[in-house]
Amino acid sequence: MSLVSTSDPTAAVRTENLCRYYPMGESLIRAVDGISLSIGRGEFVALLGQSGSGKSTLLNLLAGLDRPTSGSVLVRGRDLAKMSSEDLARYRRSDVGMVFQAFHLIPSMTITENVELPMRFAEIERSERTQRARQSLEQVGLGHRLGHRPSELSGGEQQRVSLARALVNHPKLLLADEPTGNLDSRTGEDILNLIRDLSFRLGMTVVMVTHERALAGRFAQRLIFLGDGKLVSQEALA
Amino acid sequence: MTGYDLFELAVRNLRQSKLRNGLTTVGISVGVASLVAMLSLGVGLQQLATRRLAGSGLFDTVFVTSKQDFRGMDREDDQKTGHPEQEPLLDQPAREQMQRLKYVTEVEPEVRVMGEVLYDGQTHFGFVTGLPMSARENEAFDNVQGKFFSGPAAEEVILLNDFAKELNPKDPKQLIGKEITLRYGERQALPAESTGRPQLSGAETAGTNNDDNFGFSVVRKTQALKVVGIIQEEPYGGMRAVSRGRIFLPVDLTEKLNMAQFTDMRSSLRGAGKTYMTLTVRVKDPGKVSEVQDAINKMGFRTFSIFDATKSLRRFFTVLDLFLGIFGSLALAVATLAIINTLVMAVLERRREIGIMKAIGASDGDVKRLFFTEAGAMGFFGGLLGIALGFAIGKAINVGTGIYLHRHQLPAEAVWILPPWLIGAAVAFSILVSLLAGLYPASRAARLDPVQTLKYE
Repeated sequence: MSLVSTSDPTAAVRTENLCRYYPMGESLIRAVDGISLSIGRGEFVALLGQSGSGKSTLLNLLAGLDRPTSGSVLVRGRDLAKMSSEDLARYRRSDVGMVFQAFHLIPSMTITENVELPMRFAEIERSERTQRARQSLEQVGLGHRLGHRPSELSGGEQQRVSLARALVNHPKLLLADEPTGNLDSRTGEDILNLIRDLSFRLGMTVVMVTHERALAGRFAQRLIFLGDGKLVSQEALA
Repeated sequence: MTGYDLFELAVRNLRQSKLRNGLTTVGISVGVASLVAMLSLGVGLQQLATRRLAGSGLFDTVFVTSKQDFRGMDREDDQKTGHPEQEPLLDQPAREQMQRLKYVTEVEPEVRVMGEVLYDGQTHFGFVTGLPMSARENEAFDNVQGKFFSGPAAEEVILLNDFAKELNPKDPKQLIGKEITLRYGERQALPAESTGRPQLSGAETAGTNNDDNFGFSVVRKTQALKVVGIIQEEPYGGMRAVSRGRIFLPVDLTEKLNMAQFTDMRSSLRGAGKTYMTLTVRVKDPGKVSEVQDAINKMGFRTFSIFDATKSLRRFFTVLDLFLGIFGSLALAVATLAIINTLVMAVLERRREIGIMKAIGASDGDVKRLFFTEAGAMGFFGGLLGIALGFAIGKAINVGTGIYLHRHQLPAEAVWILPPWLIGAAVAFSILVSLLAGLYPASRAARLDPVQTLKYE
């Protein structure tokens, strides 16, 4: 598969000379340093690199959780760098779904309530919320545990809940930050299988941060290698 | 996020730390209770004072006398008047004119005559005074044994307790419903042949101006009266001339009986027919007393009223309420700090949760509103609890005051009154204060960087 051009107007996400620097004392940490890339619609991309290479920072910039120091992140023609915080919140709740290594579920809520939460922010009707949360949980194979709290579930099940929550608002872009990092290899594989299936079924673009080269090679269509905040190389997989 | 969702999430969050949020809410309720108790005490005291002043019957009354009387008493206005005998007479037409003035509800003469009561074969001397029907509102009748007169000219009598004891030392209450006989002096015009005028007497002469210009006789008469009530103290607290009376009759009855008064001698000498020594003009609203007084002064009479004390009373109680409110608010100010502390702690504890919410689509405004709603909810529940607590404190104050007054042989008084407006105002104030207290923690929560909060948890 060929690499997607950075100037491709049909790309799902494009970055242009994207930089994110953090001041630390008198020095400047260049977490992301001039990255330009383009990710096609429906593509499954893995971001690889050592710790501190800028993978998660890049993912946060794509998610609109962080703002670039310079450069731009273009999603469907809109530059996230120029959006207001209110617009970024709207972008996060309607265009993006996020899955985290630590699952980040709210322990005091049942898994249904956790999955309903993004829909509360999107002001979706209560009855529709419950129905969609159930459907989303059934989609990830947890239809039988709707009233359970996260603490009552295994790590793999919690990550499935996290995935169900990410998908519930029908995002076009799924961002996964080390989704298998806290799981055993078999459970991790199950989760990635699920992500790949859903991505294929729903036509969703997936950007996954991982440091497991082999696992990424089995599921992603393209591997992007980062080092010291720079794009080192890309590898398209068959 | 919709208002309902905000409220539901806020209550859910508050329930996560039941003890801490519960204690903060109790803190707010103590503040509100203190405020409510203080302000209600202010309201209660104000109403008590107003009630007592209104009950004394002195602040809505103008006393009217003729400038022809009391001459030579060094009054400035009298000295200015060269010929006081040319001043208008305080007679029936003048009374009717006053009756027609705006805000005037009643114009009654003051009647005080000597009389004798015959009861159980004994004779008892006492002053007889006439009472208008408006006297029913006087505080002297708050604890009347029996009842007030059934009508303005009813042949009924109310006795002062001391006098009733004189009639029936063992059980004065027994007198109620019994009949007594009053012996009094009736004023009768002199026979026509001695004055050259037809004789008039009794009711026909009452209030006329030309009945007995040149003289009258005082004839002993008796009247049967039914005792309807017994009162402990004289009406009007001794300020009116009707005080010092011991036997009270409806004023219209005294006029109907044409009872001879001391002042009739003065009228006779003046040769101007029946005039009144004093007329008592009752005004609808204490605030209109000076207006009525001015109007009567213009008619050429001398007036006297106790200055409209309600105005200065209101000023006094506004200041009192202000200070009571400030003292009451001190506890609420402390509670405000507790809210700030609780919410700042909550922001610290829920950093990760705030980060998650932002990552899945919550805006800064959503987070701010959520903390704001939590503060408001604590204020709302604290306000309700505070009202209940304040109500209980107020009731305790009233019970305590009642016991204290009872020990001093005084009737119980409600010194603490919770007006309905204060309930709404206290809850609203509690919410407002809580929202103000939530401003800083809410904006701090909204400013949290989701990347940082998710990275370190």
